[in-house]
Amino acid sequence: MIKLTINGLEVSVEKGTTLLEAAQFLGFPIPTLCHMEGLSPYGACRLCVVEIGEGPRAKLVSSCTYPVEEGLKVRTASSRVVRARKMVLELLLASCPQSKVIQDLASAHEVRQQRFRQEHEDCILCGLCVRMCEEQMMAKAIGFRGRGKNRSLGTPFDIKSEVCRLCGGCIYVCPACQLRCTYTDPEKAICGGCANLSPPCLEKEKFDDMMCYMAPCVACEIKKD
Amino acid sequence: MEKLKTLSDFKELKERLDAGREPDRPTIIIPAGTCGQASGANDLIRAAKREIIARELSEKVRLVITGCHGFCQMEPSVLVEPARTFYPRVDTKGMARIVEAVAQGKVVEELLFLDPATGKRIEKQDDMPFFKKQARTILARSERVDPIRLYHYFESGGYSSLVKVLEKGNRAWVIEEIKASGLRGRGGAGFPTGLKWELLAKQTNGKGKFLVCNADEGDPGAYMDRSVLEGNPHSIIEGMIIGAYGTGATEGVVYVRTEYPLAIKHLRIALRQAREFGLLGENILGSGFSFDIQLVKGAGAFVCGEETALMRSVEGKMGEPRQRPPFPTERGIQGKPTAINNVETWANVPIIFTEGAKAFAKVGTKGNSGTKIFSLVGKVQNTGLVEVPMGITIGEIVQEIGAGPSGKAPIKAVQTGGPSGGCIPAAKFSLPIDYESLTQAGSIMGSGGMIVMDERTCMVDVAKYFTNFLKDESCGKCFTCRKGTQRMWEILDDISRGKGTLAHLDLLQELGEVVKDTTMCQLGQTAPNPVLSTLKYFRDEYLEHIQKKRCPAGVCKDLILYSISQKCTGCLACIKSCPSEAITGKAKEVHVIDAKKCIKCGACLAVCKYDAVVVT
Repeated sequence: MIKLTINGLEVSVEKGTTLLEAAQFLGFPIPTLCHMEGLSPYGACRLCVVEIGEGPRAKLVSSCTYPVEEGLKVRTASSRVVRARKMVLELLLASCPQSKVIQDLASAHEVRQQRFRQEHEDCILCGLCVRMCEEQMMAKAIGFRGRGKNRSLGTPFDIKSEVCRLCGGCIYVCPACQLRCTYTDPEKAICGGCANLSPPCLEKEKFDDMMCYMAPCVACEIKKD
Repeated sequence: MEKLKTLSDFKELKERLDAGREPDRPTIIIPAGTCGQASGANDLIRAAKREIIARELSEKVRLVITGCHGFCQMEPSVLVEPARTFYPRVDTKGMARIVEAVAQGKVVEELLFLDPATGKRIEKQDDMPFFKKQARTILARSERVDPIRLYHYFESGGYSSLVKVLEKGNRAWVIEEIKASGLRGRGGAGFPTGLKWELLAKQTNGKGKFLVCNADEGDPGAYMDRSVLEGNPHSIIEGMIIGAYGTGATEGVVYVRTEYPLAIKHLRIALRQAREFGLLGENILGSGFSFDIQLVKGAGAFVCGEETALMRSVEGKMGEPRQRPPFPTERGIQGKPTAINNVETWANVPIIFTEGAKAFAKVGTKGNSGTKIFSLVGKVQNTGLVEVPMGITIGEIVQEIGAGPSGKAPIKAVQTGGPSGGCIPAAKFSLPIDYESLTQAGSIMGSGGMIVMDERTCMVDVAKYFTNFLKDESCGKCFTCRKGTQRMWEILDDISRGKGTLAHLDLLQELGEVVKDTTMCQLGQTAPNPVLSTLKYFRDEYLEHIQKKRCPAGVCKDLILYSISQKCTGCLACIKSCPSEAITGKAKEVHVIDAKKCIKCGACLAVCKYDAVVVT
């Protein structure tokens, strides 16, 4: 068991617990966005930051990824932490204002406006869908590609996924798009499962006796039945 | 190529080589690193070979081709040993004259370096202002060694540190020596190397340990590691073998960026040579310990210089940092304990065992021992790589080694540490170069880039340039780094276009501080440094951009106007140089620039001999 102090209160937890779990056990509220119980922690949204250490060496770390250490002193709502959270929420609102989850988080922390150029993005790259697909559904159909502003989510080489079982788990966990599949914009479709219902070889009926040299697609599978 | 199976095999070979050495034989040394080759060193090498053969001097004069020596401004240069004569910017005709002179033991006066400060010619390299204040422990070895000839390395003392370590046979002693030397990581953070190795040595999971050489030198303008990799790859290999012996590492990796093809070529040759000679592989020199090194090439991502991202890249995954703890020494590549050190750190290891830890620690200041190689570039007269003892002041490097400003404008600031560093104004040039002073001043040591800026450099533009670089290179995993760098760039862009407001300055400060606090890895944590340090020291330039919509240095395109003054003699030169045909005028009449067509490229400014182009 490891003993540490959170907001002045001593708590004893098992080795391997994260600061987030320890704080939530004590009832201290810490906002999260890219964290979900059952999925491995990722640390992308930076909302769950807490202050650890003392004096000039005190720093902010994401509590969902930091394991507990003996004698650690943690503060979940110091002025540095609150300022950081408000700025992160401003940045989130500046990128993805249409998400209800982000709007609720913002108003809960009294952030009502943002001072940046407004963007309307569909994805905040929190990685929940990737981890859902890999860890809970064991499919690993989607992942991250690219770096910086070219970072995006999708299937390898944007080809329709062979392992995607169309479970909708990715859409379910998404805090930004929420139950809205992006297929209506083909460039943004994640698995493209619904995309291939119209066959690429429209005149297959006429050429039934000929061999198709393309990779078998959904249309051929459907045609078989 | 006989394999050296025992320590005595090595000593026998060394004795044989030493017996055949002629230290007084005149030697022509031509540095041919990437910078040398780009400025024409290959032509010089061909010319030298032709002359030596034509004059039948192959027995009398020796020709050695090495890596970069550091005075890149004067390349292609020639160094003559043992006289230490230095010839800058030699052409093929000059090469022929030099060969003739060397054969006769003479010096070609007109081709020597002319010191602009005194107007006198200087014969010896060590007397030149550029070289005088340097402490060239690493670069001096590059001067003597042909990187692809292993025997050269042996002759200049190479691998004798390894032999010393293996003879002593005490692994713990290796770590104690490194700790006593006070060597700190030269990659930027300055973590005590001895401590890192001690932590690695303590790990005993039995499954193997990794040692990594981080040769992914991503900072724009930094090429110190490149010169060591190209010029003396065996020093890195020797350092890593010694490190492996001390820490118990079983596998080594050199992670080198693909953008350094010559370094990769030389490393491959050096690794092959080391394996053939039995210096890498099983039972090294009969000591019973085995170690091998593999080469992994980077794929063009600056973020892969960060150690946790580097480890993921070595494993074949996307380069993304992760939070530490757990640190690489606990869990690294493939889950095994890993110690990652920079190229320059590894290059210092054999030197520590040759000189002894105490002698090494004497150079530099307390807590900052040894030398550091800086790439001195920018608006300074002498640009190139300089190796100086820690504790030397910035002013000494810029004014004495660099010989002051290259143009008419005085020097305003120095940017250290690459894109993660900050700007230090000229008023603070008496600061000593060490990890703590630079961090206190708002910058970092970084990998050693030092960019000199003068009054015609716009600090807002500098902050924008580095923020743009970091915005493109951010891996994008954590939200504040990806969006933070983007938003900082947007605000800086607005300011440079005259659309900034005073509220922007406060927002920039707040955003910068939050990005510094909340991001996961060092890229994000140091990304606001260019912005925050320029805001601190050069706030007046920002204010002028915002309040007066004016760029005092004459750089930000939307805020400047090119015009021609009455000094114009009507020579038509600028009209011919203008790419957008914005200048009109007849011969012998004052020309006029049409501001609507002008794209502010600066071609007319460069071409005008009468100082008539004015930028306001």
